[in-house]
Amino acid sequence: MRFLPSPRRLLAVYVILYVAILYFPVLLLPVFSFNDSATPKLPLVGFTFRWYESLAGNAAMQGAAWNSLIVGVSAAVLSTVLGICAARAITRHRFRGKGPASALIMAPLILPEIIIAISLLVVLLGLGLQLSLVTVILGHLLICLPYSVTVLVSGFEGFDPSMEEASRDLGETSFGTLRRVTLPMLAPSIVSSLLVTFTISLDEFILAFFLSGTEPTLPVYIWGQLRFAAKLPNVLSLGSILIAASLVLLTAAEIFRRRAERKMELRP
Amino acid sequence: MRSFRSQQDPECGIVTTGIPGQIEELNLDPSAPILPVQRTGRESISRFLRSETGKGWLTISPPLLYAMLLLIGPIIVIVANSFWSQDYLTIDRTFTLENYRAALTEPIYRDLLMRSLFISVTVAFVTVVLAYPIAWFVSFYGGRYKGLWLFIITVPFWSGYLLRILSWKVILGYKGVLNTGLMHLGVITEPLSSLIYNVNAVIITLAHSWAAFAILPLFVSLEKLDRSLLEAAADLGDGPVRRFLRITLPLTIPGIIAALMIVMIPTVGDYVTPKLVGGKDGVMIANAIQVQFGRASNWPLGAALAVSTMIIVSLVAGTIVLALAGLKRLLK
Amino acid sequence: MTTSPMIEIRNVDKNFGTFRALDTLNATIGEGEFFSLLGPSGCGKTTLLRMIGGFDDPSSGEILIGGRSMAGIPPNLRPTNMVFQSYAIFPHLNVAENIAYGLKRLRLGRAEEEKRVKEALDQVELSELGPRMGNQLSGGQRQRVALARALVMRPKVLLLDEPLSALDKNLREQMQVELRHLQRQIGITFVLVTHDQYEALSMSDRIAVMFGGQIAQIAEPKEIYQNPATRQVADFLGGMNFLTSSHLSVNGKNFAATLPGIGDITGHLAGKTISDPAKAIIGIRPERLRIVWEGETADPIVTGKVADRNYFGEVTSLAVNIEGQNQHLSIVETNDFGADDIPVGSDIRITYDRDAFIVMQG
Repeated sequence: MRFLPSPRRLLAVYVILYVAILYFPVLLLPVFSFNDSATPKLPLVGFTFRWYESLAGNAAMQGAAWNSLIVGVSAAVLSTVLGICAARAITRHRFRGKGPASALIMAPLILPEIIIAISLLVVLLGLGLQLSLVTVILGHLLICLPYSVTVLVSGFEGFDPSMEEASRDLGETSFGTLRRVTLPMLAPSIVSSLLVTFTISLDEFILAFFLSGTEPTLPVYIWGQLRFAAKLPNVLSLGSILIAASLVLLTAAEIFRRRAERKMELRP
Repeated sequence: MRSFRSQQDPECGIVTTGIPGQIEELNLDPSAPILPVQRTGRESISRFLRSETGKGWLTISPPLLYAMLLLIGPIIVIVANSFWSQDYLTIDRTFTLENYRAALTEPIYRDLLMRSLFISVTVAFVTVVLAYPIAWFVSFYGGRYKGLWLFIITVPFWSGYLLRILSWKVILGYKGVLNTGLMHLGVITEPLSSLIYNVNAVIITLAHSWAAFAILPLFVSLEKLDRSLLEAAADLGDGPVRRFLRITLPLTIPGIIAALMIVMIPTVGDYVTPKLVGGKDGVMIANAIQVQFGRASNWPLGAALAVSTMIIVSLVAGTIVLALAGLKRLLK
Repeated sequence: MTTSPMIEIRNVDKNFGTFRALDTLNATIGEGEFFSLLGPSGCGKTTLLRMIGGFDDPSSGEILIGGRSMAGIPPNLRPTNMVFQSYAIFPHLNVAENIAYGLKRLRLGRAEEEKRVKEALDQVELSELGPRMGNQLSGGQRQRVALARALVMRPKVLLLDEPLSALDKNLREQMQVELRHLQRQIGITFVLVTHDQYEALSMSDRIAVMFGGQIAQIAEPKEIYQNPATRQVADFLGGMNFLTSSHLSVNGKNFAATLPGIGDITGHLAGKTISDPAKAIIGIRPERLRIVWEGETADPIVTGKVADRNYFGEVTSLAVNIEGQNQHLSIVETNDFGADDIPVGSDIRITYDRDAFIVMQG
């Protein structure tokens, strides 16, 4: 008889524990958002919808949500379009300077956001621009681009470059090839890129905080509400909605990414 | 089927033999093209754009120009700002190192910088050490569910940056979940005040925030590890521990370095975590930078703080890379 | 060559950075010819094919198709179509849509388009597979769809980039016969890239053998095999005994040499010019050497010692040393008379055809 667990079983226990701790804080907020208490504390006292109900008539919150939607959609679309260019160049062309060029595009992934935020702030104000949703979009585009590029590079790698050559060979123009071959082949990756970047924009705080001026996005609005202890339950319910939305979007993105991957498997 | 060779190998170059009618003597053809001696500017531009390099640059130019204009441009402006000075609202553009003197020698900034570095390095190592077994598990035992595992593990990273930190505030707070929970269970009678508003709270929160991100590079480098190398090592007599130390660890050093960097560099400039759970003792350099660009309105000093942070964190990163490369050599 | 030229390759160079991928290529491919580009990987054969198709531009020189210079003409405007090595079947379209892909741009009208697609499907014997999606085909089916998709465009030239390399051996051999048959039937120019010498030998009207970005020889298959221009060509196409020689001389259409341990020999240059006789080398194919069995007589006779023996089923390969002469011969003999039982180390007598020796530029 053996009482000592095998190393593999220990590893499995560790993984379960790790994932549990990973999700614990994320799932905690929704739990307390239904708790009938003005402060989040244990034990839970009772179930209520009232924190959610009070969001319904909150015009400032709805304005912020609308702003977030505008910023998110714009950043997602622009970043996906620019991402297609970058991913295409990276996967389909061999040229001197490709390494540094793609490193520059990917750099925002690793730079502290505060650095990006203050540099943009100084330049945009220096150019005499008013801080607005546009400036937030410009900032978000910068940090969304690396994610678009990552998703789309694997999309481009997922299909044989000779598909495009075959289309040209069969008499189609460059534009026709883009429309009839490249975009259909890339569609799942494009959708995945749109969803992922929208989620990132929706979630992003620092750049929005520095660049949004008088029009807050949802995270900036939440930040403002944190000053008031009494608003915490409302923040928790709003936050829970945001997390739920992110989860749905990310799951959809993952499904599309896998669809793209399946296409790749059928590569001859 | 092999033929025997009696002479040394032939030279690489091939002389085409002049067999009549087999290799056309087109040099004699009067219609053979005469290469243009000179090309006009427009022609050479269009030729460049048709070349592989030209097409590549043309395709990458929209995102590249964007990154130049909104990343490199602003960073240059920030670096320039750091050598200027500010008097209320006017910027004086005479060159000065005063901001750097302040950033690097004034105790308040020096302490903030050191603390930020300490926090980010600690967070990076804690994150990587904790994440390595997870990446190992997914790579070696994930089977056909590798993608699903990665998705499950990375989802928390993608959603609710602000809210996750808020959640830790709710957990660790004086009247928070942990304290009230422990009191409810009768473990403690008084709330613990040591849970929040200190460096530890910042480290815990950041390590949790970035956990998932460290897994990706580790996973990628473990995936690249040829499994037959481990079998070969086993075949040559190495046990599991030696296999890990002699094969897996050295070959995944690049992944470890990438994971450390991808956590360390962004966290050194984290703003929200120290603000929400750091309290007075957990303030980091980003908070000081924000103050210079906000209330204190001293852009040049803020710029110098930002530039100093980046340079110092790069130096630390370089040192870690060199140290790990040295370790890799030792492990061999 | 009796037909008029379809493709003319004139002084074509290609540089990738500092690497010279193609070096001053010249060739003419005739109308209706089955022409193969044969060589090891990296020799530039695919690069040349892609240039004919318009997917790469020459760094200098030019390519003419049907008498027209192709400089600056993109692939979609060239009278060529290609069967890609990976077949590049569009996975989001079904077989019929794949074949109709290029026809759509010609605006032939629905009836004509459908008629041509059906004809093409019949031609490659895939009539039943029209509605099947592109990603649900076997390797052989993909190959046929790729072929039909290109041929339906009625090109003047069909380019084939290693079209059989992804197929298993039996299917590959079957497709070699079918491709050759199809080419004769439709009568257009086929340019095939391959690294398989048997494929090139069995299918082509003419073969260009390429090494290191240069064409070493262009000739009919039989000529290439029997009278290789260079040592490298000889080596690439089957086994060859390269012999130690002295007093090699070239005069007029003949050559003569002394082969230690074998004797004085002469041979025909067969149209070759040997530019540097000092570096030329004499060779003989292993199958042109025969064992002289006990009780047999033959002339000439060479004696040697068996150094090694390798059994290949229907034939056996023997390595024979002519002692004291630094002369090594490889012989391929059928096993009908017991070549597979000759012990290593035994003495052996060999004879050869007097006209079987060839001279090659080293």
